[in-house]
Amino acid sequence: MAEFLQQVVEGLGAGAIYAGLALALVLIYRFTGVVNFAQGELAMFSTYIAWQFMAGGMAFWLALPLTLAVSFVGGMLIERVIIRPVEGAPELTVVIVTVGLFIFVNAAAGWIWSFLIKDFPSPFPAGSAQAGALTVSYSTLGNLAVVAVVMGALYLLFQHTKIGLGMRGVAADPRSARLVGIRVGWMLALGWGLAALVGAVSGVLVAPLLFLEPNMMGGVLLYAFAAATLGGFDSPVGAVVGGLIVGVAETLAGAYVGFIGSDLKVGVPLAIILAALLLRPQGLFGRAAVRQ
Amino acid sequence: MSERSERGPARPSLVAPVADEGDHVSEPSDGRAGLPGQAAEASAGARGWRGALVARWRGIAVVALLAVAIYAPFELVPFRVFQFTMVLVYAVALIGLNLLVGHAGQISLGHGAFFAVGAYTTAIMFDRWDVPYPLTLPAAAALAFVLGWAFGLPAVRLHGLYLALVTLAIAIFLVPLLKRFESVTGGSMGLTLAKPAPPAWTGLAPDQWLYFLALAVTVVAVLLARNLLRSRVGRAMRAVRDNEAAAEVMGVRLAFYKTLAFAWSAMFAGAAGCVYTWVIGFVSPDSFAVTLSITLLAGLVVGGLGSPAGPLLGGLFVMFVPSLSQDVNEAAPGVVFGLLIIAVMYVAPTGLAGLAGRAARTIGRTLRRE
Repeated sequence: MAEFLQQVVEGLGAGAIYAGLALALVLIYRFTGVVNFAQGELAMFSTYIAWQFMAGGMAFWLALPLTLAVSFVGGMLIERVIIRPVEGAPELTVVIVTVGLFIFVNAAAGWIWSFLIKDFPSPFPAGSAQAGALTVSYSTLGNLAVVAVVMGALYLLFQHTKIGLGMRGVAADPRSARLVGIRVGWMLALGWGLAALVGAVSGVLVAPLLFLEPNMMGGVLLYAFAAATLGGFDSPVGAVVGGLIVGVAETLAGAYVGFIGSDLKVGVPLAIILAALLLRPQGLFGRAAVRQ
Repeated sequence: MSERSERGPARPSLVAPVADEGDHVSEPSDGRAGLPGQAAEASAGARGWRGALVARWRGIAVVALLAVAIYAPFELVPFRVFQFTMVLVYAVALIGLNLLVGHAGQISLGHGAFFAVGAYTTAIMFDRWDVPYPLTLPAAAALAFVLGWAFGLPAVRLHGLYLALVTLAIAIFLVPLLKRFESVTGGSMGLTLAKPAPPAWTGLAPDQWLYFLALAVTVVAVLLARNLLRSRVGRAMRAVRDNEAAAEVMGVRLAFYKTLAFAWSAMFAGAAGCVYTWVIGFVSPDSFAVTLSITLLAGLVVGGLGSPAGPLLGGLFVMFVPSLSQDVNEAAPGVVFGLLIIAVMYVAPTGLAGLAGRAARTIGRTLRRE
């Protein structure tokens, strides 16, 4: 039993990271109706920026806010420059553009920083806390705490600020939002900026576990997609819950299903996506879309 | 959600303005829509005449292209022949992808997986049972078709985005799966096989023989796709792409045709994978990583979605752009691909094929004016 609980805790730690990226995906989907296939790569790029700052001798806790600021501005720029021209275009067009962005960002990172793996320091101390028979590493606790903080900050932003109200207005009905004087374009850009910021957080959390390299986020993106699909693509709470479930499911499947082992774990998100789409296409917390 | 409903239930398709094969004849001449009655009638008459001319020139162009394709391997060094053989292999896969993305309006980020299925089917048939190589082609195509059908079934419920997700997940999952069943697939080491040897009566070198095999498969694939698109199935697919609701009202069974589009498309990819194994003589899981799927989609988009020439141009692109830009930097192909995809979506959604068509029309118009 202790062994089982231990696995669950490990899973939650991994799930926190997936939840972070899933949250970024959901933010963009909610505000712009775009699923950003480049989200993972943007997070990877942000992580490289953080690495660059630290390579220049900066302390982690100074590099982090700088990176987040750069990511936020970068995300807004991408929305304004790259996504704006195809806004309102068919899904196919938008998906292809974000796939183009995916390829470009991935290769650009390889060009700038090479494809060699780099060490990335963990922001959390190395030890672990003991709770009865359970050993919880500080990095697992840290990941969970960070995701909780991000979630809380987003909640405050959306529910208790004027900007958040504007963004919710845009998500609900862009035309009416424009009529009451909300600058829809800026709100959409803001959504992308926020998503890039949240993605950067998840990238910084992933990097110490997986090593920093341009293809670092490829697998994580798939788990995040599974998390967002399971939780519902338009629900931030769903993204976090979905992320935790995916993390736990993946860890348990790897540990207890002999056939899956560690190499076929990547089949778990595929199974979760398929199951979610077949049984509850709108996700656990999502609203069902009505088709006219 | 309501935001998207504002954009309207009838989503205009990206590829709708692209003239599909066979539609070129009736393509409206641009800028004349607003002319008064008589002039419009005159232009309609001219259109028929011009259509016949266009059709004839197209026929001549295709025959010339085929003649060049048949003559080329006797002039080129073996390495170039090999490169053009690979262009044909990619073109066959892209014909399939074009059916799905360009004509049926669904997206797949996992066509490399069906390519891999075809390649591995062929490799295993060689390796295990010494099956004569011509027999591996129908087997590979059939298996890919069946798998395409199976994975197309959930596609019925998914549209756009979710299909992209599921296919991406399949492409990512395939590599560890191939590595796992080591006894059959050879694991990470892959399988090394003998390439089909040219029959003595042809007097061809091995590379030339492989080239002609690939050319034959390509020609058959082109004809098959052409006939498919002109058939009831093709019309149904396009109707589904352009407006699902309208298509359904007109009696098109959405679920059936979407699944069928996926299966056909997978079949072409499987056939391409089979020829790939013939040509390379080696398969390993890492040759079919998710990059392959994304590269295929990129090639098709740049080549031209929904256009008959798109797959061939895309094949040239997929083969030569990486090998040319690789000299600059390891990452250069990705940078070029990424930028080109985005640029194409903005300025020329019909890709290189559309640009070529546009250029030809502009030249034709200029000539007629003089």
